[in-house]
Amino acid sequence: MDSSPFLRLRGVVKSFGTFTALDRIDLDINEGEFFTIVGPSGSGKSTLIRLLVGMDDLTDGEIRLRDKRIDDTPANLRPTCMVFQSLALFPHMTVGQNIEFPLKLRKEAPDRRKARALELLDLLRLPQSYYDKRISQCSGGEKQRVALARALAFDPEILFFDEPLSALDYRLRKTLEKELKDLHARTGKTFVYITHSLEEAMVMSDRIAIMKEGRIEQISEADEIYGAPVSRFVAEFMGEVNLFGVTTGGDGTVTSDVLTVRPGATLAKAPAGARGLLMVRPEYVRFADDGDSYDFTLSGTLHGEYALGSRIQYEIETAAGMVTVEKLREDRRAVAEGEQLTVGFNARNTHFIDEAA
Amino acid sequence: MKTLDRRLGLLSALPVTLLMVLAFLAPLVVVAIFSIMPPKVFSLANTPDFSAYAVFFKQGYYKSLLWSLGMALASTVILLVVCWPLAYAMAKIFKRFTLVLTIAIVMSLFVSENIRLFGWVLTLMKGGLIEGHFRALTGIGFDSPLYGVPIIVFGLVYVYLPFMLFPLAQGISMVPDDTRQAAYDLGATRWQVLWQIEIPLAAPGIVVGSLLSFVLAAGALAESKILGGQAVIAIADDIETAFTFGQNWPLGSALSMILIVIIGTLALFGVSKVDLDAIMGRKR
Repeated sequence: MDSSPFLRLRGVVKSFGTFTALDRIDLDINEGEFFTIVGPSGSGKSTLIRLLVGMDDLTDGEIRLRDKRIDDTPANLRPTCMVFQSLALFPHMTVGQNIEFPLKLRKEAPDRRKARALELLDLLRLPQSYYDKRISQCSGGEKQRVALARALAFDPEILFFDEPLSALDYRLRKTLEKELKDLHARTGKTFVYITHSLEEAMVMSDRIAIMKEGRIEQISEADEIYGAPVSRFVAEFMGEVNLFGVTTGGDGTVTSDVLTVRPGATLAKAPAGARGLLMVRPEYVRFADDGDSYDFTLSGTLHGEYALGSRIQYEIETAAGMVTVEKLREDRRAVAEGEQLTVGFNARNTHFIDEAA
Repeated sequence: MKTLDRRLGLLSALPVTLLMVLAFLAPLVVVAIFSIMPPKVFSLANTPDFSAYAVFFKQGYYKSLLWSLGMALASTVILLVVCWPLAYAMAKIFKRFTLVLTIAIVMSLFVSENIRLFGWVLTLMKGGLIEGHFRALTGIGFDSPLYGVPIIVFGLVYVYLPFMLFPLAQGISMVPDDTRQAAYDLGATRWQVLWQIEIPLAAPGIVVGSLLSFVLAAGALAESKILGGQAVIAIADDIETAFTFGQNWPLGSALSMILIVIIGTLALFGVSKVDLDAIMGRKR
């Protein structure tokens, strides 16, 4: 028998009538990990977290925590806890009463409850004077922290998050993402986070699972999922991407209808004799008139230039469709709309996706 | 601009203010003054004495008041318990059926209360719909439940059910689903969710529903007359008798004032405790 992981899902199925929301999910999550499940809306990620927390019953399969089955345990008896998208704070209680709620249910003494609540306020960098504040007096970010403190007061084995940051404005979200990662490091708890935002996932997670139509497409570390996606769906979901239809020969040689391939250029990792997609992220595509030579080149006319803050994006219309090039602002290049351009990139910055164009 | 708004506001409130003063406040003042007149006078031009209030204690009218308040309290408590599950289902579970149920219950209000109560008499009396059929089929008869305190309380529960049900459903619909789920997820049992989350958050609906049904039940008289066969006398019955058969307006007025003060105090206290704006769907 292999050593069993902390949280293990095997063959988890959830159907609503004839609709299969989750289709045989297998998933292992390690203790102390920050694990993020990413997917577009309707991918089944929210259904999955509801099953994990115990708010819905599985149709088939099993969930084990420390090798003990928990899928037939009701939510209030599971050693797990969730931070809701809406936060679900109790509006008729003060901040302190909210945080102490799980402790009160366990009949802990009032002075110990209060001590723990104040400790948690400190941990979440909220002033202790907030203990007596009403929930309605707190700002969005403060409510977020109160919800976290309440969940931590429960002292769960696993802390689940159902897109808790999605309703906040950009700056606050960025701050809280980092705080959450920091909190994860300080508490050493297992965090399982659900989001539709790739950025959120990349900033915080140890590992990421990408979901699509009720199935997990890929589970990897953030870098790998970004650089070596297993499918077109994952590649496109994880940010801007250029994809070209190519055919590989033996010895890693490659031919393409749309790309000019430098003689001798090879794809080391691609399977031989396969038709698939060559992926390159926009930041690895260069303008080919810079004097360097590239493994792959193609030409087109400039369609537009977009400033994205620290980066500049260029869109070039080519025979292979729109190609995106990204440069740092300091490397900005003067271009004119309709200008004829040749762009290129190298084989080591590409990834071969074994999926027909 | 602001002062203009204010002036216009006062101006547009004028008609309803006049109506309230004439149709509401004036009769109340008349009743209040009559209550301190000497016995059996029909004019306000007499030297005030408080003899009518003394009669309230001396002649046992306080017993009627206690019965009325007691039965109103009992029916309110029963209504709370009976209506909670139904209101819960209407607010959270039934979907289109809620509308059907609402229409059905409101329709019953179109029929006069007395006629509905007489319907119950025909159903429950000895030889009536239930006992008569039962005896005809089995040969065994039983006593009618009519003409006692329990059947009066039943009548109050039956008649004032809509006044508890709808505010309660409104109150329950204000409890966010995820607060309930969060409490459950944090380890609360179903009872703890009910007592610590649902009841406090539905409190405005509970208070409004309880006040409405208590106030109406405390002033009710048809139930004790028709179903109760005057097994006990309700205070409203005493008031009616004093004004009509007894021809003692000051006594009727004094009894009315006592009831008004008790219920008014209760209502003001209850309303001050809840956020009525919340239940009316307005933001503070």
